Amino acid sequence: MSAVAGRTATAPIVPMLIKQSYAEFIKLFRVPAFSVTSIVLPSMFYAFIGLGQAKQRLAPGLNVTFGEYFLASMALYGVANVMVLGFGISLANERGQKQDLLMQSTPLPAPVFFVAKALSALAIALMSLVVLSLLATFAGGVDLAASQWATLFGRAMLCSIPFIGLGFALGYIASPNSAPAVTNLIYLPTAFASGLFFPLRLLPSFLQHLAPYLPLYRGAQLVWDSVGAPTEGGSVSSDWFYMAAYTVAFFVLALWAYRRDQGRKFN
Amino acid sequence: MGHPVAELLNASKRYGHVQALQDVSLTIDAGEVVAMLGPNGAGKTTSISLMLGIRKPTSGAAQLFGLNPRDLRARSRIGVMLQESGVPGMLTVEEIVDLFCSYYPAPLPVSEAIAMAGLQEKAKTLIKDLSGGQRQRLYLALAVCGNPDVLFLDEPTVGMDIEGRRRFLEEIGELAARGRTVILTTHYLEEADQLARRIIVIDRGRIIADATPAAIKGRVAGKRVTFSSAQPLSENQLAGLPLNSQDIADLRVRLLTNEPETVLRELFRRGVDIHDLEVSGADLEEAFVAMTQHGAVT
Repeated sequence: MSAVAGRTATAPIVPMLIKQSYAEFIKLFRVPAFSVTSIVLPSMFYAFIGLGQAKQRLAPGLNVTFGEYFLASMALYGVANVMVLGFGISLANERGQKQDLLMQSTPLPAPVFFVAKALSALAIALMSLVVLSLLATFAGGVDLAASQWATLFGRAMLCSIPFIGLGFALGYIASPNSAPAVTNLIYLPTAFASGLFFPLRLLPSFLQHLAPYLPLYRGAQLVWDSVGAPTEGGSVSSDWFYMAAYTVAFFVLALWAYRRDQGRKFN
Repeated sequence: MGHPVAELLNASKRYGHVQALQDVSLTIDAGEVVAMLGPNGAGKTTSISLMLGIRKPTSGAAQLFGLNPRDLRARSRIGVMLQESGVPGMLTVEEIVDLFCSYYPAPLPVSEAIAMAGLQEKAKTLIKDLSGGQRQRLYLALAVCGNPDVLFLDEPTVGMDIEGRRRFLEEIGELAARGRTVILTTHYLEEADQLARRIIVIDRGRIIADATPAAIKGRVAGKRVTFSSAQPLSENQLAGLPLNSQDIADLRVRLLTNEPETVLRELFRRGVDIHDLEVSGADLEEAFVAMTQHGAVT
């Protein structure tokens, strides 16, 4: 013991977190199947669906264009997409390759690992927002006040947080082979059912009744509100309440799935 | 030397219905170089997993530096190469070694860890593009980069070519010479013999021998003598020979002995007609069977 008395017992957390976050980021970024779809797909949908009618008013008498409204829709779609697919698929793959066994033998604290993963995904989500915003501004003629931009970015990023929990949970529940299918099967239909691509009134009535209980629906109200578009389903504060409840629920689910997986492998 | 670094105390481990480890106690002291030897499925990896805290004992206890093996202070002083663990393919060798260095309180310089594994030319290569042997060397770089007091190596040379294996064993020998504690599992007797000053033989979840390489070899090694005889061999033609085991199938005779010269001299003297004679080193798996059948003692 005396031989090691001069050195600290464990490594400092902050440099570890910075390096881990950077490594998680480049791991995600270097997989084109993930980074290209995450960063480009929302902009592509925006180009296909939004640009043609970007300058039209959302409804007569409203001071919001379709371009602004759909910018908010795709902003939310994009950031949540990064969380669900990024975590779901990459975590499931890492488990499949037994990378968790390697990490388990190092002194890396589990919370550092998870925070680094979340930070790296938030960085990619932010990149998708920036690309989308540039497209909306220069091709769609979207012209928001600085405070509206700030609110839109802030709310979109905040709304991505419950989906971090959902992504973690799916990553520990799904197998590497089923993860892409499972995450897409859950995420794409709920994006449609929440009115992110088409107005809810065009959907079957049972979906219209279900929609207010979906997290993406609540997130959508928040981002639409930030660009001045009308919202439905009650007040903005009730939307925040739902998002907070979903955040708790998804993180509890993630913790349960994580413990179950750890119990199987490392007990 | 002296104080214990890794301990198993009456440790047992059961996976479902499989009893992987049965009431094993062992202490490894600082500075020791220990090989854990045994056939596949004997419980070597389970023993290491318990000492590392990757698995928890069903009963009994495991300790690292007197701490719970899951304690990060204990983990900060060890380096590990595990069988079958994965690495992120989209990082380069340099990136992952740099990352792993940040996990430890007093790491080696990144370039030194890479050089020790002989991967200088591959430093900028993505891990997914490494060959199997290079990947194994990367695991060595990751195990040593934290400048650990104790190295755990689980089947470290699997997948390496002969040259890679020779270099690897030299490297480990050097680390041991500089006072590191090394605990490795292998099923190659030569590997254990070359590196270790203590060999623990595990079979069916129990320690069946714990001694110096010379003592173990005396017990398990021996030579395999195989030949064909012109006429079927009668029992009394083998009577009194120093044999560990004998196996006669028609005219083909397989003997296991520690004294092949004596056995052959005696067989010739007794007029046995021998063709196709082969004398080879005993296969370790066979030797283990012989060892357990003969009720070897700890």
